[in-house]
Amino acid sequence: MLNTLLKPEHDKLGASFTEFGGWEMPVRYGSDIDEHHSVRNSCGLFDISHMAEIRVTGQAEEFLDYALISKLSEIENGRAKYTMICDDQGGIIDDLIVYRLDNDEFMIVANAGNQHQVVEALNSRLANFPDTKVVDESGLWSLIAMQGPKTKEILGSLVEIDLTVLKYYSIASAVLDGKDVFLARTGYTGEDGFEIFVEGDPSDVWQLLLSQDGVSPCGLACRDTLRLEAGMPLYGHELNRNLTPFAANLGKVIRFDKPNFVGKDALEEQKLPNQKLFGLQGDGRRAARADYEIFLPGETASIGMVTSGVLSPTLQVPIALALLNADAGLEIGSEVEADVRGTRVFYKVVELPFYKRGR
Amino acid sequence: MANPENLKYTKEHEWILIEDDIATVGITKYAADALGEIVYVDLPKVGSVAAHMKICGEIESTKSVGELYAPMDGEITEVNGALDQAPDQVNQDPFGDGWLIKIRYTSLPDLLSSTEYDALVGE
Repeated sequence: MLNTLLKPEHDKLGASFTEFGGWEMPVRYGSDIDEHHSVRNSCGLFDISHMAEIRVTGQAEEFLDYALISKLSEIENGRAKYTMICDDQGGIIDDLIVYRLDNDEFMIVANAGNQHQVVEALNSRLANFPDTKVVDESGLWSLIAMQGPKTKEILGSLVEIDLTVLKYYSIASAVLDGKDVFLARTGYTGEDGFEIFVEGDPSDVWQLLLSQDGVSPCGLACRDTLRLEAGMPLYGHELNRNLTPFAANLGKVIRFDKPNFVGKDALEEQKLPNQKLFGLQGDGRRAARADYEIFLPGETASIGMVTSGVLSPTLQVPIALALLNADAGLEIGSEVEADVRGTRVFYKVVELPFYKRGR
Repeated sequence: MANPENLKYTKEHEWILIEDDIATVGITKYAADALGEIVYVDLPKVGSVAAHMKICGEIESTKSVGELYAPMDGEITEVNGALDQAPDQVNQDPFGDGWLIKIRYTSLPDLLSSTEYDALVGE
C-alpha cells in the first residue's frame, strides 16, 4: 500500500487507517461524527494527497474538449470545472475537477483508484494533438483539503491574497508558510472550503494549518458522510464504467454542442438510462448500506440497489443514494422499502442534496 | 486501554463478566475502535432465548455493521436501554457503561482469558 508524505503526522495524531484506492489513508483520528460536525460548524483538515494530479499543456483546450465530455475551452484562466472522462461506449472512466492554470495549461485532479486509467485514456487520445503533453504529476503534489464555514477566515489570515474574491471553483497561486502553493476553492463536503496544492513535503503546512484555532484533523470516514449528505457521487459507488453520466443525473455535464468528443455517439443514444440515481431518506436509525436491495412497498421484485447509505450525522435520519429502475414510476415523495438484513425499512424519495449549507 | 483481567473473552471480540448465574456481555475496546463511532445498537428482547454463537443483535457505526453473537446458551434477562439514546457509550466506556446484554446462562463454553485475548489482538 502507498503512503502519503503526511503519514508521520497522522501517526502522531493517533489516526486509524484504511485502504482506499491503493493508499493507506486516515479513516478517523478520534470520533468520525465529531469530525463530521467540525466540518459543518468550523473547519476540518483532510489529507487527500492520494488524489491524482495530471498536467496538460500545449494545445490543451482543444485536446480536453475532445478527451472529456465538457467544454473546457470555455472556462477562463483561474477557473475550474467538474467533469468526466468517458470511454467510447459512454461509460464513466472517472469524474474529475479540471483547473485552468493558463491559456495553454490545465491541471486535472482524478480519483486515486483511477489514476492509471485516466492517464492511459488521456494518452491514447493524443494522436491528433502533436503539440499537447499529458504529464502525471501525482508524485509531485500533496493535496490538503480545508473545509468548513470558518476556513475562509482561518486560511485567509495565513496568506497574502484576498480569499474573499476567489470565487467558488477558482484557483490562485499563493504563498503559505513560505511555500508556493495553489489554493482552489473546491471541495467534497458541501461546505465552503479550499483545496491546497503543495509541492514537496507538506508537513510544515499541515502543522501550521492544524495549529490554528477551530481546525480539526478529519479522516475519510467523515469525508464520506459529508459528501453523501451533499448528494455528491463517489466513483465505485454511484459512478462506474457501466454507467453513463445520465444514470448519475449528470447529463448536464455533457456538451453535445462540441463537434466531436470521445463517447459522443454512444451518449447520444443513452439519454434515457434504464436505471437512475435517486436520493432516499428514511426515519429511525437503521441505515440501508451499499448493495442493499430496494423494493416498491410490499413488492417482492427488487427495483435496484443502494449505492451509498448512512445514518446522516447532520440530519439524524438514514439517507441513501440508490440506483433504481427508471420505469418504476418514482417521483419525489414516492415510498419505497429497503431490505436491511432481512427487515423491510421504509424510505421515501427526496430531492438532492440531502443537506445544503446556509448562506 | 488494557483488556481487564477479571473478564472472559471470545474470538468475536466480546467480553463477559460472570457473576453467579448471570453473564454481562459487551464488546471489547478493540472491537469498538475497529467499528468506529457507534450510532445504533439493536439488542434482543428481554426474556428471549440466547443460543451459543447465534446472532442476537447488531452494532452499527457510520462505516459498518457488526453482529453480536450470543457467547453462550441462556435467557436474556436485561439489555442496556441507555444505548438507545447514547449508543456511543460503547465507544466511550466499552467495558463499563457500554455493556450490551445480560444472560442467565445454562451452560458455559470455553472462553478466553484476558492474556489469551491480548495475544489474539496483538496487545
